[in-house]
Amino acid sequence: MLDGKMIKIHAENVKKNFGSIEVLKDISTDISEGEVVVIIGPSGSGKSTFLRCLNRLENVTNGKVIIDGIDITDKKTNINSVRENIGMVFQHFNLFNNLNIIDNMTLAPIQLKKCSKAEAENRAREMLKRVGLSEKAESYPSQLSGGQKQRVAIARSLCMQPKIMLFDEPTSALDPEMVGEVLKVMKDLAEDGMTMVIVTHEMGFAREVADRILFMDGGYIVEEGTPLELLMNPKEKRTKDFLDKVL
Amino acid sequence: MVKIITVYGSMLTGAMGRTLLLALLGLFFACIIGLFFGLLSVVRNKVCNIISQVFVDAVRGVPMIVLAFFIYFGIPYLFNTIIGGFNVTLTALQAGSACLALNCGAYMSEIIRAGIQSVDIGQMEAARSLGLPYGKAMRKVVLPQAIRTMIPSIINQFIITLKDTSILSVIGFPELVNTAKNVQANTFMAFQTWAIVGIMYLIVITILSRSAKVVERRLNVGR
Repeated sequence: MLDGKMIKIHAENVKKNFGSIEVLKDISTDISEGEVVVIIGPSGSGKSTFLRCLNRLENVTNGKVIIDGIDITDKKTNINSVRENIGMVFQHFNLFNNLNIIDNMTLAPIQLKKCSKAEAENRAREMLKRVGLSEKAESYPSQLSGGQKQRVAIARSLCMQPKIMLFDEPTSALDPEMVGEVLKVMKDLAEDGMTMVIVTHEMGFAREVADRILFMDGGYIVEEGTPLELLMNPKEKRTKDFLDKVL
Repeated sequence: MVKIITVYGSMLTGAMGRTLLLALLGLFFACIIGLFFGLLSVVRNKVCNIISQVFVDAVRGVPMIVLAFFIYFGIPYLFNTIIGGFNVTLTALQAGSACLALNCGAYMSEIIRAGIQSVDIGQMEAARSLGLPYGKAMRKVVLPQAIRTMIPSIINQFIITLKDTSILSVIGFPELVNTAKNVQANTFMAFQTWAIVGIMYLIVITILSRSAKVVERRLNVGR
């Protein structure tokens, strides 16, 4: 329990090797319900890998990841049912190119029998409205701009009514003028109380939205704190060096 | 030329019908074999990958005429004489379509593997991250996209297989080439006979590739 709130994500001594390369050396952290955690750090520091360990897109080499009390590093855990509650947004959107926007959004809810086809479509249209793209329902992904694709990708995740949302550099592949529209959707989501873990290079966004920032480097969490503490008054030299370069 | 068409025309079209029957049977089973081994080669399981690779290497490494003799003469001999106690007989159609299915299936397996691997890994990851199991993600998201890129190669393979039926004249199946040999022997008109046979193949294969283009265009919706 943290601030009297439920712990949603518990990572304990997480290690991840790719062959002989140690990407995550020892990561431990707790993320509580409704918390917005932003992970920053230089490329190759393991931010994305850590995020992908949280829904087992990567299997950890060692350590534990517990989501809502369920140990997802346990091979016997039915990962699919855990993933239904964890939305994920990717750098390259990954909308399904063979399906139009509505079908993109309703595929998982219908296939996993979360609701009827009509209900799924209703919810999808509601979510589209929320991200300001109602008129794109029948379009195909190839007909959308990058920013629009990413907003649809977020809406698609929300259609599964997740309890946690993971964002893997959601604005890194966007043209500068489209970054704002995506960040706005994410900010709304944060204000609605969604538990969010965000890997990003948008320092302004991190400062504004994050409850806590983790600075990762070399496979460790080097420093963590509120945006004010970490961005304005970093304690570690590596954090300072990094912030000097990006701010 | 006219004499051949009037006297042997129905015989040759009948033979073309049998050629098509042989090709269709072969292709039907080739699709099943190809999909099976193609999927075996992409799943994350070493044993499955190796099984698929061994099958593809074995079939691709043997000329089809050897495969045809092996199935038509070799398999019955194995069961009836070497092992003994069996009475296996294969018709030329059975052996021929099995031969085509194995041969074409091996190439189809490679086409399907390459097609699936050409789909961005992010598509599978996005589908899995929504909670879809591997099989559903494959069926609903990855395969439909893979098929689009596979279609031209598959059609190419269909055409090759259709032409490969002529090799099966060696096991005595009365397809077009085998029948035309008889026509030539009866008429001594080698030029006319083989010109007609060539044109017959050409017409059928042109129809096949043209209609395939239509299918290809239809599948490209939303690209």
